[in-house]
Amino acid sequence: MAARAGEWLLPAIFFLLVAVLFPFAIGPERALLARIAPAILWVAALLAALLPVGALYAADAADGTLDQFAVRGVAGETLALARIGSLWLALAVPLLPAFPLAALMLGLEPSAWPGHAARLLGGLLGLAALANMAGALTLGARGGGGLAGLLVLPMALPILIFGVGAAGGTAAGPGSAALWLAASVLLLVAVAPFAVAQALAGTRS
Amino acid sequence: MHALANPARFRRLAEALTPWLAGAGLLLVGTGLFIGLVLAPADYLQGQSVRIMYVHVPAAWLALGGYLGMALAALTARIWKHPVADVAVHAIAPVGATFAAVCLLTGSIWGRPTWGTWWQWDGRLTSMLLLFFLYLGVIALLSAWDDRAQGARAAGLLAIVGTINLPIIKFSVEWWNTLHQPASIRLSGSSIHAAMLQPLLISAIGFALLFAAAVFMRMRAILAEQQREARLRRRAVAA
Repeated sequence: MAARAGEWLLPAIFFLLVAVLFPFAIGPERALLARIAPAILWVAALLAALLPVGALYAADAADGTLDQFAVRGVAGETLALARIGSLWLALAVPLLPAFPLAALMLGLEPSAWPGHAARLLGGLLGLAALANMAGALTLGARGGGGLAGLLVLPMALPILIFGVGAAGGTAAGPGSAALWLAASVLLLVAVAPFAVAQALAGTRS
Repeated sequence: MHALANPARFRRLAEALTPWLAGAGLLLVGTGLFIGLVLAPADYLQGQSVRIMYVHVPAAWLALGGYLGMALAALTARIWKHPVADVAVHAIAPVGATFAAVCLLTGSIWGRPTWGTWWQWDGRLTSMLLLFFLYLGVIALLSAWDDRAQGARAAGLLAIVGTINLPIIKFSVEWWNTLHQPASIRLSGSSIHAAMLQPLLISAIGFALLFAAAVFMRMRAILAEQQREARLRRRAVAA
């Protein structure tokens, strides 16, 4: 990923913008906004994670970096795992300071912030895995952006459901939703490197 | 399986099988729907509306089974580089998506009189919608490259990864006990009366045969198209 100045801030700005869109769309009713704030924050984070999908592998495929890694015997799975970790950092580091700002504007109870932020951080790891999978699968495809959305959004639903469920509490209790969230994130992180490696190998042959 | 790796031989086989599958499928669907819509008793609780079950349930089964078949074909293509398996992925995707759409539509129509709503955010409904989106993702990937093999590779990968969703759909009615009823038909027995179960099974087998016939027809069409492209390429090289 190219590190142009200010580019690393893009996910945070996007996250804030999406979170701010909702009060405009729904109206400034504090009680309603506070109630749906966790859902808004999760949707905003999901969309922010979708943002860099198209750029994840495109430049490295075009200038031959991916081929160089392959020639030097770096396993595709290792590369994918490193990419998932780095995307997670690239998303989590800017989103962490943006989170209290958005939570404050939406009127979320301050006592709930640490819990939400922790779950969001965990969920972002799963979203980073999904984004890498979509980025590798759509490498060189026509209509990349919309296509990536079509791939990521359905697969991200468990994270969204259990993430927000962990926040609001489901019938089975908030604890079980947090465990389900952790399970879906771990499953995605375990599967994604292999899928990414296979997809990247496919573009080389 | 390796005998079928020869596209020409597969096409001959598919050509011979298609009319039988389609004929038997139409016959069984006709019989099943006639018994189901005319002869079978109405439900004591749901009245006549229960009759949509004879379309809804087979569509749901086939949408799920079709996805599993597509994922298995993708796995076969990946492991054995089976040339016909790739074509199968390509052929199953739109047919399965159609059945998923039929399942969602009939379910919605059925839900209106019995549940009082067209749509409810219930576990089974939502995960079926998810399956439909997965099908759409596979279809979109298939046609996203000029190189057909590249699209087949990516779509096959997505199909394999997407199988994570199948157990979620299957068990959604047990995990989230919301609106959709739990499965009535299990391997250990059925809670549906024989008068309703019989037409249901007949129409389900019929729809399955029609599904297979449609897939075989699509596979033949895709293979023919590939052959034509290859021939055009050869002619262009020769010229």
